[in-house]
Amino acid sequence: MSAVDVPLVEPGQAEVDGGAQSAPGVGQLRGRGPARSRWWAPYLFLTPYLALFGLFVLAPIALGVWISLHDWDPFLPSSPWVGLDNYADLFRSGSPSRGNFWRALRATALFTALSVPVLVTLPLLLALALDRSFPGRSLFRALFFAPYVLGVAVVALVWRLLLDPHVGVINHLLGKVGLPAGTGWTTAVPWVWVSLVGMTVWWTLGYNTVIYLAGLQNIHREIYDAARIDGATRWQLFRHVTLPGLRPVVMFVVMMTVLGSANMFGQAYLVTGGGPGSETRTVIMYIAEEGFRSFRLGAAAAMSYVHALLLALVNLGMVLLFFGRGGDEEAR
Amino acid sequence: MRLPRVQGSCPVRRLQVWRALSYAALILLAVIYLAPVIWMALTSLKSPYEATAMPPTLLPARVTVESYEALARSGSQAPVLRWLLNSVLSAVAHALLVLATAAPAAYALARMEFRGKRLVLAAVLATLFVPPILFLPANYLIVRSLGWLDSLPALVVPPAASAFGVLFLRQFFLGFPRELEEAAALDGATRLQVLWKIVLPLSKPALATLAVLSVLSNWNDFLWPIYVLFNPEKLTLSPGLALLQAAHSTDYALVAAGAVVASVPILAVFIAAQRYVIEGVARTGLKG
Repeated sequence: MSAVDVPLVEPGQAEVDGGAQSAPGVGQLRGRGPARSRWWAPYLFLTPYLALFGLFVLAPIALGVWISLHDWDPFLPSSPWVGLDNYADLFRSGSPSRGNFWRALRATALFTALSVPVLVTLPLLLALALDRSFPGRSLFRALFFAPYVLGVAVVALVWRLLLDPHVGVINHLLGKVGLPAGTGWTTAVPWVWVSLVGMTVWWTLGYNTVIYLAGLQNIHREIYDAARIDGATRWQLFRHVTLPGLRPVVMFVVMMTVLGSANMFGQAYLVTGGGPGSETRTVIMYIAEEGFRSFRLGAAAAMSYVHALLLALVNLGMVLLFFGRGGDEEAR
Repeated sequence: MRLPRVQGSCPVRRLQVWRALSYAALILLAVIYLAPVIWMALTSLKSPYEATAMPPTLLPARVTVESYEALARSGSQAPVLRWLLNSVLSAVAHALLVLATAAPAAYALARMEFRGKRLVLAAVLATLFVPPILFLPANYLIVRSLGWLDSLPALVVPPAASAFGVLFLRQFFLGFPRELEEAAALDGATRLQVLWKIVLPLSKPALATLAVLSVLSNWNDFLWPIYVLFNPEKLTLSPGLALLQAAHSTDYALVAAGAVVASVPILAVFIAAQRYVIEGVARTGLKG
């Protein structure tokens, strides 16, 4: 079972539960329904979770729409209705949020475009290296995964110190090997992007590696053996066995990584502060600033819906891209 | 030592050399990979002056814990021990709440038939793909009207509504053999008894995995706590570090010490529960 289909799959056939009426007796073969199971039992089991889900997931989605239709300042008693103005502002020339929002979206798209290819390929190479069985393999696996458990606050802080243009170790080391030692890793374009992508790769590389490793384990050894008997070279094995076998996993990794990158926030917030200028201000950062620093919660809500919608479209595009072609390879 | 019946130029020895080289390369790579963390730990043991000295030193010239003392000092602007305590409380309470609410729900969704099951499943699943920012404005207002701003429940309760735990446990329950449950049912056990006495005890690995992943995600959450916590005393480590960095952006030793305090407990959890974390990620590819 691959990582992709996990949450969706029912094992085998879903049987219909006997439920309340089935009093188990001798010879009752389908007596799976516990004797004292009542029709409301499943609802009782679901209630605690659904209460949370309703209050903090479903209600916010609906309430968010309501907020986005108002000029909502959380600290003022009244929040006047403005209809679709908050949305229209994102397209109306001359409105302040229009330029900022699209610039932030462009920064987010740039980060995504730069980080996703690295985060899809590099972990694959690492996974291939760690897939061969050797003593200590799980130790290395844990080592490369470790930065991920540190969280963005620690990761951003460490890299901020390392990348400091004046007293950072990175510039010092570069100077030692005769390279320019005054690079503004956290202050100048394009270096800020190199920094943000670099630290994100360092941080999350192990995560994708683990998913790939799980995917590699699911490719049957017999296929490799059969291909080897047929005289396949290493490259051919990779090209014709490993890659097709990993296809659903690669698809999954790409989609999750795009989702993660499109929601990038902490790194830019803590390392570059969105700068220089607003160059690395991502869309999440801008929305949060509008909502919680300028107290324009309505505008922030509207922007978060536009962002979510765009993300859904990108996702849909990827699904079509992945499922739309290569049907013949699926047959294997 | 001669190895008979081996063709070619002693392939066994060559294999060993090759293996040793691969190991050396992998170890080197791992050390380079972990260098930032090691460097952070070393910096935290330097004096503030040495931490920003040029050229930088690798090992502290004089090992000192003065940065840690400064962080621990009462009345400091950065009450890191307080943040540590808040983080531990929040993460543990969050994990317990996730287990308590997700387990029965997951069991119902895996093993019981009822009206609306498909709808519930679809709704829960769909929210996995909603970007977190979408919940932020409204959840802020909801938490505020509950009077939870600047308090532990804000960190513990709303994140427990995530779809992850339910889907994760449901998947485990689906793969669980039915026979034991059926036997217990024939003996007249109620659903609750079946869940409590049969299913949960046998699901310990899955519950442990979910608990660890929940601790991890709560410990490291950043976007949500920086907007619902204000009072320095109430912060957890993630938002605390942001404050520490803002207030002491030039005292690298102090900031590094703060990062170490935030990292050591979670790294310890990871090392102890490494198998669960990695298996959990491998199995689902989703974070909690």
